[in-house]
Amino acid sequence: METVLEIKDLIISFDGFRAVNGVTTSVQKGEVRFFIGPNGAGKTTLLDAICGRVHPQHGSIIFNGDKNIMHYPEHKLVNIGIGRKFQVPSVFTSLSVYENMEVSVVKKRGIAASLFSEITEAQQEKINKVLTLVDLNNCAGKKAADLSHGQKQWLEIAMLLVQDLQLILLDEPVAGMGRRETTKTGELLRKIAQHCTVIVVEHDMEFVREFASKVTVMHEGHILDEGSVEQVQKNPKVIDVYLGRGGENCA
Amino acid sequence: MSVKTFLKTPSNKVFFVIVLLLLAAPLFLSVFRINLLGKFISYAILAMGIDLIWGYTGILSLGHGVFFGLGAYAMGMYLKLEAAHGKLPDFMAWSGLEKLPAIWAPFSNPLSLIFIVLIPAFLAAVIGYLTFKNRIRGVYFSILSQALSLIFVVLFIGQQAYTGGTNGLTSFRTMFGLPLAADNTKYLVYYAAVFLLFIVYLYCRFLIGHRFGKILIAIRDGENRVRFSGYDPAVYKIFVYISSAVIAGIAGAVFVPQVGIISPAEMGIVPSIEMVIWVAIGGRGTLIGAVIGAILVNGLKSGISESFPEVWSYFLGLTFIAVVIFMPEGLVGIVKKYAGRIAIRREKKDKTAEKAPSVN
Repeated sequence: METVLEIKDLIISFDGFRAVNGVTTSVQKGEVRFFIGPNGAGKTTLLDAICGRVHPQHGSIIFNGDKNIMHYPEHKLVNIGIGRKFQVPSVFTSLSVYENMEVSVVKKRGIAASLFSEITEAQQEKINKVLTLVDLNNCAGKKAADLSHGQKQWLEIAMLLVQDLQLILLDEPVAGMGRRETTKTGELLRKIAQHCTVIVVEHDMEFVREFASKVTVMHEGHILDEGSVEQVQKNPKVIDVYLGRGGENCA
Repeated sequence: MSVKTFLKTPSNKVFFVIVLLLLAAPLFLSVFRINLLGKFISYAILAMGIDLIWGYTGILSLGHGVFFGLGAYAMGMYLKLEAAHGKLPDFMAWSGLEKLPAIWAPFSNPLSLIFIVLIPAFLAAVIGYLTFKNRIRGVYFSILSQALSLIFVVLFIGQQAYTGGTNGLTSFRTMFGLPLAADNTKYLVYYAAVFLLFIVYLYCRFLIGHRFGKILIAIRDGENRVRFSGYDPAVYKIFVYISSAVIAGIAGAVFVPQVGIISPAEMGIVPSIEMVIWVAIGGRGTLIGAVIGAILVNGLKSGISESFPEVWSYFLGLTFIAVVIFMPEGLVGIVKKYAGRIAIRREKKDKTAEKAPSVN
């Protein structure tokens, strides 16, 4: 299998505190990889490092076999095929759903292009296709501010989908969602995974069990275990730091 | 864009009516009032620039007086040299200068009027690059912009021999050979102001009407999302900041021949904040709101301060508080809200009217 992302000996520290301490892992093409772990395990920091928001002190992050993306400018990541969804839905609330998509779909993103070139018919079709996929095609003219929480999350995912990405990073996509919305998001995730690789940071264990192809459990900046959900669940260390407590909380 | 498509949107229609009224105003008002109205028009131009950067892009600049002032001083320096007829301007002689300083020399040529645009553009480019590239935003940018305003006021007051100090530049006589005191020249300058108002409005509409405008709003709503969508927000912010500064410079140049004086007081922090209040009262992020806000507030200001000069500041302050609390989207927001309600009511009426026969 082809390796999409290879992380080696990654160390990230803030003022001496090591949020990520020697993480090594690789993500294969077509995987839906979940990073789980208790608060402060370093999951979100890891995502931040992949997309250039924090700069690791040590190690390497290689994308597609040859591109070291550790010091890649954030706004150029999309061009090589990496997209990120934030924990809090961040859509452009004063624009309509369609306008949100319009801003995302274009490939030429300079000032001149945004003043003089209109979006093409092919791009319009693409927007409509993706909006249908996330079930927002009926709200295309609606202001994003008027969407429900779940719909905003889907819109943000749709904005990533329209960009032809190879790797999508999702930070807690189902936080604050009800069961039905969560299931719908999971199904969406499966559809996305047919075209690209997905990395998800998540707390919702039920969601992880149902939709993960591989799970990485993190604890205090280290990787505790990695493998299929069943495999990881049996590891006594994992049960001790996370699943046990998580199970109590969930129940 | 044809005239028809331009007039399709309600705010363009309103702007068109305002321009028509302004064009017709000399038929009804005295020269004194027209001169005053011309000053308000220069403020309206300025307000549109502030609306671009604050209303649409969400960057609160509290130092736009600087760009207004720089445009105004560039104009003032040209007029001053024209009034001096090749001699040294009066205030320089009083300050003991014997020769025209090098920074003044180019302003004897009408081509130097290009500096009205170039100087604000250059300053905005430098400051915009340093701040936006380093991701200085929000209140930190606002504070920096205030410091900028303070620095320029101090600089202009301190360099009396070069700037005219606290008094600024005044006693202009002619503009391109036409006496500024003559009624005809006043009308001419007034119509030039209306023309520039129209041009600047078209420019802003052009920016806002394309995807560029949506990206500005996107930067306001979620800069990180914009960045991860592949745009460099800093480039857009710098461009808008420069546009806004140039518009402010043009406004300053329109201001000077009508008012006949430019002094550091016009570039200070207080006027800079007042400019933002005009936009807030009119309705931010609408362009037309900025125009209406600037003309209305200044119209009220001269009306009220003619009769009760001491009340004005309190009145403006209270109005601002009322706007922030009761109509955060300004006058235009209120109108839109009620227009929307009426439209919905009408739709409902139509629907019930349609349904009625089918029941029978």
